[in-house]
Amino acid sequence: MARKSRKANRRHPLATVVLIAIGLVVTGGGYALFSSTTTASADTSASSQQTIDEGKKLFAANCATCHGLDMQGTKDGPSLIGVGAAAVNFQVGTGRMPMAMQGPQAMQKPTQFTDEQTAALAAYVASISPGPAIPDERYLQADGDATNGGQLFRINCAMCHNVAGAGGALTEGKFAPELTGVLATHIYEAMLTGPQNMPVFNDNNLTPEDKRDIITYLKFLENNPSPGGFELGSLGPVAEGLFVWIFGLGAVIGLMVWLTAKSN
Amino acid sequence: MTSTIDHRTEAPAEAPAPRKSGGFTAAAANYIEDRTSISGVVKEFGRKIFPDHWSFMLGEVALYSFVVIILSGTFLTFFFQASMAEVVYNGSFVPLKGMQMSSAMDSALHISFDVRGGLLVRQIHHWAALLFIAAIGLHMLRIFFTGAFRKPRELNWVIGFVLFVLALGEGFTGYSLPDDLLSGNGLRIIDGLIKGLPFVGTWISFLLFGGEFPGTAIVGRLYTLHILLLPAMVVAFIALHLVFVVVHKHTQFSGGGRTEKNVIGYPVLPVYAAKAGGFFFLVFGVIALMASFFTINPIWNYGPYDPSPVSAGTQPDWYIGFADGALRLIPPGWEFVWLDHTWSFNIIVPVLVLVIFLGLVASYPFVEGWVTGDKREHHILDRPRNAPTRTGIGAAGVTFYAGLWAAASSDIIATHFQLSLESVTHTIQAWVILGPFIAYFIAKRVCIGLQKKDREIVLHGFESGRIVRLPGGEYIEVHEQVDEYERWKLVNYEVHEPITLRPNAQGKITGAARLRARMSRWFFEDRIAPATSKELEHGHGDAHGEIEGGGHH
Repeated sequence: MARKSRKANRRHPLATVVLIAIGLVVTGGGYALFSSTTTASADTSASSQQTIDEGKKLFAANCATCHGLDMQGTKDGPSLIGVGAAAVNFQVGTGRMPMAMQGPQAMQKPTQFTDEQTAALAAYVASISPGPAIPDERYLQADGDATNGGQLFRINCAMCHNVAGAGGALTEGKFAPELTGVLATHIYEAMLTGPQNMPVFNDNNLTPEDKRDIITYLKFLENNPSPGGFELGSLGPVAEGLFVWIFGLGAVIGLMVWLTAKSN
Repeated sequence: MTSTIDHRTEAPAEAPAPRKSGGFTAAAANYIEDRTSISGVVKEFGRKIFPDHWSFMLGEVALYSFVVIILSGTFLTFFFQASMAEVVYNGSFVPLKGMQMSSAMDSALHISFDVRGGLLVRQIHHWAALLFIAAIGLHMLRIFFTGAFRKPRELNWVIGFVLFVLALGEGFTGYSLPDDLLSGNGLRIIDGLIKGLPFVGTWISFLLFGGEFPGTAIVGRLYTLHILLLPAMVVAFIALHLVFVVVHKHTQFSGGGRTEKNVIGYPVLPVYAAKAGGFFFLVFGVIALMASFFTINPIWNYGPYDPSPVSAGTQPDWYIGFADGALRLIPPGWEFVWLDHTWSFNIIVPVLVLVIFLGLVASYPFVEGWVTGDKREHHILDRPRNAPTRTGIGAAGVTFYAGLWAAASSDIIATHFQLSLESVTHTIQAWVILGPFIAYFIAKRVCIGLQKKDREIVLHGFESGRIVRLPGGEYIEVHEQVDEYERWKLVNYEVHEPITLRPNAQGKITGAARLRARMSRWFFEDRIAPATSKELEHGHGDAHGEIEGGGHH
């Protein structure tokens, strides 16, 4: 009985398909492993021809539907000519691109591509036309002047992102996202390229040192919890008011009921 | 512990208690008594009776929060510099080091980071202020929904209302003192509000700020108001408020043995003195816990005031939220130039609406007294369901206020529920206009439904859940009768009937009389009379003749 069924499985019409699939996965996987190791060892610079080609393929498969095969843009997505590697690294690196759906603004979500793939896409987009490059590491160390950064942040950023970087509302369902937990690279790139509804703060407006200072300030806020205790989302008086009504007055009313309860 | 009955009717003067000899306490008491005749006061207050109900302690919460505010505020004045002189910050908070700021902000940061316990006391002060006004608000709602504002307490309602407004003033002046970005933005909104008033606005603004906003005077002036004038007025009005509570005696809910002529509860000494004293520390403890664990107003995040930046999520503290919300709800385009003047109806209309709303709140006892024509004293509280129209009006007011309040946080609602800011605003606009009517009808219907249920329970008992099969095969659920205490509560309430329109002494029917008759009909047209003793006898055939309904109307 058991033997019979095994035999039957081997002669199953789909057995060939399964065999071919296994074969393909093994050889393809091996090839991918081999080729990726060679890429890594051969050239780490983002702009090698091989990376650009890889980026081109990824672009054609994942981005061209909306941005057009030549990055010229379509009615569903803007042209990417001149956006530079920084914009790609930000949009793809934070998971905003590719978008899950059209909406008021691209939502952050788990990234769809690996760092290498993101770098390849960035290299490809940068190779077509010049644009803002991925920022230099020395501006991303959060070792600048926090006072200057704080002042610049309050003047340029806080009206949308809130003084503590807790985020805020914009019109028509758009919003400025929370800034805690955002990588220094992405903060820099956002200022440089103005993603979604954000204005561009180019280097004439905020110098790279200014951007470094802003990053320094944001990282200070992120790494130094409020000396006053839990921050209630850093949302300001609304959170405080809700808290005092629900928990403050709630606790006091609980005590009142306890004090006036009839003894049994 | 037994309850004590305090008779409102004058009791004959008692003979002085025999003097006991011996002991330091007795000697000290005698010494003081001989020089102050304080025993009369102690007797009066010590034997003062207060009824027990949790909601009667809301005013106490407000009072105790105020005491906490005074204590913590006094500490803060030791270190706060109410000056707008420019200094360079050189304290411990790194991201502000080297910044130019006013002395006020500098000293507020100094309190927060460099004075031992300073931040805790600052947070205690601020949390206590939020709790103070929240407790006042809830206390007012309790008074309103139980009808405790009726004669003879109308004036005390007005005093309480004045306290509420003073508390708002205290809160707002305090919010503006640290001269951080948030408080400066708040002041700018007030400045805009004042400047939007026709003719006088600009003058008042320049008078208040000593020139063009922000000037260099405002913090010092607000400080004087915040720590001198307003607290003095709050203390004076609290004293008056409490004197009236003593004069009127406390109200009580209907219950066994409770009448308009007595107060049933515990005396101040020793019971309430101990309870209230302990409760003060509990309230203080809750505030201290909040202040220890939760940041409030992190001025170091906001930075010093500078007229150019405004943070997202800039809101007033919760108690000014309704005013901020009213401003946010006005549709665009209500400002125009006419006769060479700018008419800012986007400011004038919300200010008028708020003034009218607050005016209605302040004058409600007189309005209701006029409509009912009821000139008797009331010491027994209404259950909210037994005054359906009033409860409906209250629900409408709460809904209106809540709409304005929610509007002040429209941006936070939009981001946190992933909605568009415009649709949030439009929804709240509709809510503020339609919501009160809907709330009025729902609340009134619910009240009448509950009254019907009460009547049903009194007459036919409540469902016991016990199903009995009769010999004939019929199933019935056994209804059980409520006990006498419960019945007292359910049948002891007054029912007003609409006033009939009658000509006055001159034989005329005035317009005011017509309005009053119409209002009275609106108030009392829908009413459920409590079960009378006669109905009780008929309601269930068994012998319950000894139960007096007591409903008189």
